[in-house]
Amino acid sequence: MARSTRDGAPARGVTMLAVQVEKHLGEFALEVAFTSESRATALFGPSGAGKTSLINMIAGLLRPDRGRVEIDGEVLFDSAAQIDVPAWRRRIGYVFQEGRLFPHFTVRHNLEYGRWVGGHKSDPAAFKHVVELLDIGHLLDRRPGKLSGGERQRIAVGRALLMQPRLLLLDEPLASLDSARKRDILPYLERLRDEARVPMIYVSHNATEVKLIASRVVWLDGGKVTATGGVERLDAAQVDMLA
Amino acid sequence: MALSLRVAAISTVVALPFGIIIAMLLARGSFWGKSLLDAVVHLPLVLPPVVTGYLLLISLGRKAPLGAFLADHFGIVFSFRWTGAALACGVMAFPLLVRAIRLSIEAIDRKLEDAAATLGANRGWTFMTVTLPLALPGIIAGMMLAFARALGEFGATITFVSNIPGETQTISAAIYSLIQVPGGDADALKLVFISVVICFAALLSSEWLARRATARLHGA
Repeated sequence: MARSTRDGAPARGVTMLAVQVEKHLGEFALEVAFTSESRATALFGPSGAGKTSLINMIAGLLRPDRGRVEIDGEVLFDSAAQIDVPAWRRRIGYVFQEGRLFPHFTVRHNLEYGRWVGGHKSDPAAFKHVVELLDIGHLLDRRPGKLSGGERQRIAVGRALLMQPRLLLLDEPLASLDSARKRDILPYLERLRDEARVPMIYVSHNATEVKLIASRVVWLDGGKVTATGGVERLDAAQVDMLA
Repeated sequence: MALSLRVAAISTVVALPFGIIIAMLLARGSFWGKSLLDAVVHLPLVLPPVVTGYLLLISLGRKAPLGAFLADHFGIVFSFRWTGAALACGVMAFPLLVRAIRLSIEAIDRKLEDAAATLGANRGWTFMTVTLPLALPGIIAGMMLAFARALGEFGATITFVSNIPGETQTISAAIYSLIQVPGGDADALKLVFISVVICFAALLSSEWLARRATARLHGA
């Protein structure tokens, strides 16, 4: 498999994700198979292509009708073998489109939630690293209700990172933001990709974002994979089509 | 007077865990007999209180099999005791408690619970750290409603445990008794005044608590 230059960084145990799932949701049929072994893979396609359903199945929030999900050789779901590891044991970080911060906790407690429920010792170095990476130190004592959309998404990224996931799913993390905010946050996501050393699946219908963040792209449309390849294949025609 | 407060408070507190469990089942569960459970829980709300009291009497009275079993094996006696008054009040208040908690659980964004799961929280943790705190305003409101209902309970209590001064005579029963006696009006009015004050205080404090809890949720 051809690696683009963005994957050139030392491939410290690059996570291998293998997905092959089928799911009927009312009239909509999703039938997808893809593998990912790059630092940042984008799931790219128009609204309604089944992108969110697909990563919900990877995260364990939606149960496929049939299929198999495997990460680093560990089977998370296999309908034939009746394996279905619950979401809370999958150790897959998830940044939701709307952030989904816990409104009754402060930012600090939101960030520490994964460590807390996991029963892990506090790790001030990791905490400090993430806080600096995302530049959220001044927000720690606030509550989510008082944050701007961009701040909320940065906290959501931090919260997912601090549970020490082996894979990070980002579901259109910028979709709810205006374009100025998007420009504010994109650099953080690039830093995240380069420094956090957690492989990412980046869901988006925005070609500009995908070009900036991802190295490999899986094209989805109508619940099917229509193509896979390097990010350079995102040509102008497609940008116009999907914008 | 103090008896009434104790009966109402204990019935509310004891009913609370059951209320949360039933509310959770009704809000989230899908199982055979769910609408039956729903109907049974709401029964005391629509049945004449005297009927509820009589049902308690024939099922938990000393002579009834269940009542005799509890008395013989656990020393728990309800009939003609204040515990029976608390039970009657609890049963009568239960639908209000369950209703308020159920509505607040149904209003919770389940996506937050999904988020907790992706962060490594199993169902128990998710319930304790996300569902329960977010339902808190509804739980407080339900408790206050139940408390006020328990304080005012009359029909079921008097049918089940009678009207024994110092043991089962709650404030409503005491007022009723005083009105029956010539010259009891002044004392009755005193009790009426006290019950108005208590209920008013309960309503105001629940309003205040619920508002504080809501404000906490929305980051004030």
